[in-house]
Amino acid sequence: MLRYSLKRLLSLAISLIIASLVIFLVIEVAPGDPASFMLGMNAQEDTLNALREELGLNQSKLERYLSWTFGMLQGDFGTSYTYRTPVAQMVADRLWVSLPLALYALALSTLIAFPAGIYAASRRGAPGDVAVMGATQLGVAIPNFWFAMMLVLVFAINLRWFSAGGFPGWDEGLFTGLKALTLPAIALALPQAAILARVMRSSLLDILNEDFIRTARAKGLSRRQALWRHALRNALIPVLTIIGLQFSFLLAGSIIIEQVFYLPGLGRLVFQSISQRDLIVVESVVMLLVFAVIMVNFIVDLAYAFVDPRLRSRS
Amino acid sequence: MRSRNLIIGGVLSALFIAAALISFLWTPFDVTQMNIPAKLQTPNGTHWLGTDHFGRDIFSMIMVGARTSIAVALVAVGIGMGVGVPLGLAAAARQGSLLDEVIMRGNDLVFAFPSLVIAILITAVFGPGAVNAIIAIGIFNIPVFARLTRGAALPLWQREFIMAARVAGKGVSRISLEHILPNVTNLLIVQGTIQFSLGILAEAGLSYVGLGAQPPLPSWGRMLADAQTMVNFAPHLALIPGGAIILTVLGLNLMGDGLRDLLDPRIRVERT
Repeated sequence: MLRYSLKRLLSLAISLIIASLVIFLVIEVAPGDPASFMLGMNAQEDTLNALREELGLNQSKLERYLSWTFGMLQGDFGTSYTYRTPVAQMVADRLWVSLPLALYALALSTLIAFPAGIYAASRRGAPGDVAVMGATQLGVAIPNFWFAMMLVLVFAINLRWFSAGGFPGWDEGLFTGLKALTLPAIALALPQAAILARVMRSSLLDILNEDFIRTARAKGLSRRQALWRHALRNALIPVLTIIGLQFSFLLAGSIIIEQVFYLPGLGRLVFQSISQRDLIVVESVVMLLVFAVIMVNFIVDLAYAFVDPRLRSRS
Repeated sequence: MRSRNLIIGGVLSALFIAAALISFLWTPFDVTQMNIPAKLQTPNGTHWLGTDHFGRDIFSMIMVGARTSIAVALVAVGIGMGVGVPLGLAAAARQGSLLDEVIMRGNDLVFAFPSLVIAILITAVFGPGAVNAIIAIGIFNIPVFARLTRGAALPLWQREFIMAARVAGKGVSRISLEHILPNVTNLLIVQGTIQFSLGILAEAGLSYVGLGAQPPLPSWGRMLADAQTMVNFAPHLALIPGGAIILTVLGLNLMGDGLRDLLDPRIRVERT
C-alpha cells in the first residue's frame, strides 16, 4: 500500500507541475505582453512599464514561473490588478460560497440517487424501474442552468418560497445561507443525481448476478434481504468512485450556476476577471480548479486501492 | 423496447439535424432582422414559436441555433476522435512502454481540465467565440476517446487473429489500422453519439455564460442567457430553446443506447 501511495504521490506531483506549466504558458506567454493586454491598446508607455515592474514581467519566464509556483505553495497567489487585493484572499472569500454549494449539491445528488438506483435495481424491468430510468434519461438531458431558470420561475417568482438570486452571507446565519443556496444546489445536483442513479442501478444489478448472492438466496434469503445485506455494500465501490469524480464537475458546474443566481462565488470572480482582463486572478482560479480535480482523483485512486487489494498488488 | 429507443432517438436527432441543414437554404424569417413592433409575441400563426425581445422569429433562431450547436459538437467530436483514437491505438500497441505511460498520463492531465476550465483559459487569452468553444470541448474529448480505444484494443492484442497477423509479418501500425480499429469502431460510434450530446450541452453552457457563440450568431445557450431577465413575463423565451436542447440531447442519448444494444454482441446474446 505504501509503495502504491508513493507512486501515486509522485504522479500527482508531476501532474500538478505540468498543469501549472500549461496554465502559465497559455496565460503569460501566448498573448504577447500581458501588461499591454491588461491595460489595452491606448496605454501610456510609463504606465505599461510600471505594471510590468509590478507583475515582475522584467524577469525571465523561468523566474516568473518559479516565483508564481513557489508563491502559491506559500499561499501567495499575487495581487489582483483590478481590485488591488491579494488574490488568495479574494479566492478564499469566494470559496466560502462555491465550496458549500458544491458540497450541498453533492449531498442532494447522493440523497436522490441512492434510493432511486436501489429502487430501480430491486424492481428490474417493472414499471417502477422503467419510470426511474426514464426520469434519469431526462435528467441527463436537461441543461442545469436552464433547470435553474425554471426553478427561479416557479419557486422564487411565482411561489416566492426562495429568493431569485444573491447570497446574504454566512453571517446572517446557517439557515439563511443554506436557503439561498438551495435552488442552485438542486439545479446543480439534478444531472449528477441522474448519472449516479444509473451507476447505482447497474452496479447493483451486476452484483446481484454474482455467485455469492446466489448462495445467499440458496440459504433462504429473499431477493430484498440479499440486496440490502450483501449486494449494496459491494455495489458501493464504483458508486463512490463516481461520487468522487463528480465533485470536481460540481465545482466547475457551480461556475455556470452562480451566473444564474448572481452568487458571489468563484464563477463570478473568474468571469469578472476575464472581462476586466485581470489575468492574475484567472490564472489562479484556473489553477485552483485544476488542483481540486487532480486532488480529488488522487484521493479516489487511493480510496479505491484501499478497498480493492488487487489494485495495490498490480502496482 | 431497445429498437424503440433507437427509433425515437433517431427521429428526434434527425429532426434537429434536418432543421440545421434546412436553415442553410431557408428560414421562415431572417434571424438578424429586428422587428420591434412584433416583439415578445407568444406562438401564433405568423411566428410559429413566437418572437423575442427584438421581434426576431424564434422558430428561425432555433433552426440556425441548431446549426451552431450541431456544428460545434460535431467538430469537437471529430477533434476528440481524430486525436484520441490514434493515441489510444498507439498506447495499446505498445502496452507498458514509455509511450503508453506518456500517453495515458497526458490523458489524465487533460482530464483534469474540464471543458469549461479550458474555455475560460482560452477565452481569457483569445476572447470568446464559437471556435474557442469547439477547441475547448474538442480537447476535453481527446482523453475520452484515447482511453476508450486503448481499453478496447488491449484485450484484442491477446487474440489469436492478431497473433496470426503478426506471424504473417504485419507491423504494429498496420495491425492497429487493419484489425484493431475495425473491431473497436462500434464502441467508438456509441461513444461518439454520447460525446456529441455532451458537446451540445457544453456548447449551450459556454454560450450561456458568454464564452461560446457571439451575437448576432444565434445559439441556444445565448437565447437562454437573453431570456433570463424576461422569464417572468415571457417564459416561452426560455422554454423553447431549453426544450430544443433537451429534445436533441435526449434523442442522441436514446440513439446511443439503442446503437449500443444493437452493436454490442454481448447484449444481443442476452436478448435472445
